[in-house]
Amino acid sequence: MMKNLRTSIVLAVILGAVAVAFPASAKDLKVVASFSIIADFARNVGGDRIELTTLVGPDGDAHVYEPKPADAVAMAAADVVLVNGLRFEGFLQRLVDASATKAAIVELAKGAEVITMGIHDHEAESGSTPHGHGPGDVDPHAFQSIPNAEIYVSNIAEAFCTADTDGCDHYHANAEAYKAKLKALDAEVRASIGSIPPDKRVVITSHDAFGYLGHEYGITFLAPEGMSTEAEASAADVAALIRQVKGDKASAIFVENVTDPRLVEQIASETGLKLGGTLFSDALSAEGGPAPTYIVMMRHNITAIRGAVIGS
Amino acid sequence: MYDLLVAPFVDFAFMQRALLGSLALTLGSCPVGVFLMLRRMSLSGDAMAHAILPGAATGFLLFGLQIVPMTIGGLIAGVIVALGAGAVSRFTIQKEDASMAAFYLISLALGVLIVSVRGSSVDLMHVLFGTVLALNNDALALIGMITALTLCTLAVFWRALVAECLDPLFLRSVSHFGTPVHFIFLGLVVLNLVGGFQALGTLLAVGLMMLPAAAARFWTVRLEPMVALAVAIGSVSCVAGLLLSYHFSLPSGPAIILAAGVVYLASIAFGSRGILRSRVRHHRHRIA
Repeated sequence: MMKNLRTSIVLAVILGAVAVAFPASAKDLKVVASFSIIADFARNVGGDRIELTTLVGPDGDAHVYEPKPADAVAMAAADVVLVNGLRFEGFLQRLVDASATKAAIVELAKGAEVITMGIHDHEAESGSTPHGHGPGDVDPHAFQSIPNAEIYVSNIAEAFCTADTDGCDHYHANAEAYKAKLKALDAEVRASIGSIPPDKRVVITSHDAFGYLGHEYGITFLAPEGMSTEAEASAADVAALIRQVKGDKASAIFVENVTDPRLVEQIASETGLKLGGTLFSDALSAEGGPAPTYIVMMRHNITAIRGAVIGS
Repeated sequence: MYDLLVAPFVDFAFMQRALLGSLALTLGSCPVGVFLMLRRMSLSGDAMAHAILPGAATGFLLFGLQIVPMTIGGLIAGVIVALGAGAVSRFTIQKEDASMAAFYLISLALGVLIVSVRGSSVDLMHVLFGTVLALNNDALALIGMITALTLCTLAVFWRALVAECLDPLFLRSVSHFGTPVHFIFLGLVVLNLVGGFQALGTLLAVGLMMLPAAAARFWTVRLEPMVALAVAIGSVSCVAGLLLSYHFSLPSGPAIILAAGVVYLASIAFGSRGILRSRVRHHRHRIA
């Protein structure tokens, strides 16, 4: 027993050394995903053929993430690097340069339908200007719309195919199966939101991450903080939101998993609106949390919004 | 006029809280800032902002986003750094600026280490340091208590503090209270800064402490009027900054500090001890 164990350890060490020395001969495709939602897509497409590393983990904020040496190591060894693009990951370019990786950097938002800041209805209504990003900048949170998520998945399958031609059929089959699930989810979300009266579909969150969700499904999201979590709110923005609520325009208020809840709590207490719970915007929750995968996250968010709006 | 100046504070509870909180902070920290400036320690506020990180981070990691544990943690870290720096400057040949720099760097590194080991990538600096627009009851109570404590301490130790600031060697030669008073004063600095950080953010806490004091220095040489003037300048800046933030949709913390900054720049130019007046007087002397 003991001897067996020792042999297998020695074997494992040798195999590991071989795998490090000849990365090309390793069976698994080495994939680096920039944050948890993309990692979830990659896991669904790659299945057990890929070895996945996620840079910004569950409940992490990719806007302000500081890379660690381990991230550069993972990136240098990667075959494929999956990122959102649209300048969502502020830390990314420096990390790519520093790691000198030869992997293909795949921007998944390529081909997705993008919306620009400043064309949301609420910008005109609240009179607030977005901070950090000027008007006309592209909103990077494209994954919040499910049709866009399908494009992300197709892009991932293409990227995996290019890097690992043997597994091409496998990746495409997985991607198709997953996209079918996304289509079903899309229909479910549409039905769920369809049951909310149109004039009730105004919701307050802490930063402007749900532009796509709102654009795709006809909900208006208002936020005091603007697109990046780094910007600071002004008294005018907060006052505008409070006016919206008092004018019975906004009917629910939420905190997000990646931002400071205090400002939103203050608005809630001033208007008497009850906090509708936590929405997941830029990151999934940890395993066992309320939103461990993309599909569960979307379902959680929509259920929470619907519950809070109908309940009010 | 009413719409411009009063309505924002009447209509919105968050504006009232912001005003109350920032005015209370001004009342306590401006006098402390005057003493700090007179002791030539104006930059220690900035150092302290970094120094409290390990304490506040530990409080956050153990108890979550609750202002009391985070403040107590920050207070402990700040007091250790201030006492350490003060002790080194008192009992060795090194001056206070060097020892303060050394201690705050050690503390900052420790703080970054604690934050990173936990591995959370939510930006802790944003979570640790509040914003003036989101003051809840806990934060207001905290600021109120700190202000009351500061004013009482200042009232009790006023004469000793004055002597300590202006001529520490004299105070030590006539009284045993020299060293304790110095440490009590450093304690007040830490208390005001930490309370301010948690409730209002770093920029606002340090800025409200130093800028009004620095501006008041251009108007008078006497201590009591200087303190009163600093508090007045601080209060005006708070009101002006919040109104600017409300009417022109500017971020509130920077707006308040810039308002104080404008007063400071104007004081350099037009103060009774500022550039223009002292130039004019100089001239007359020469002519005469």
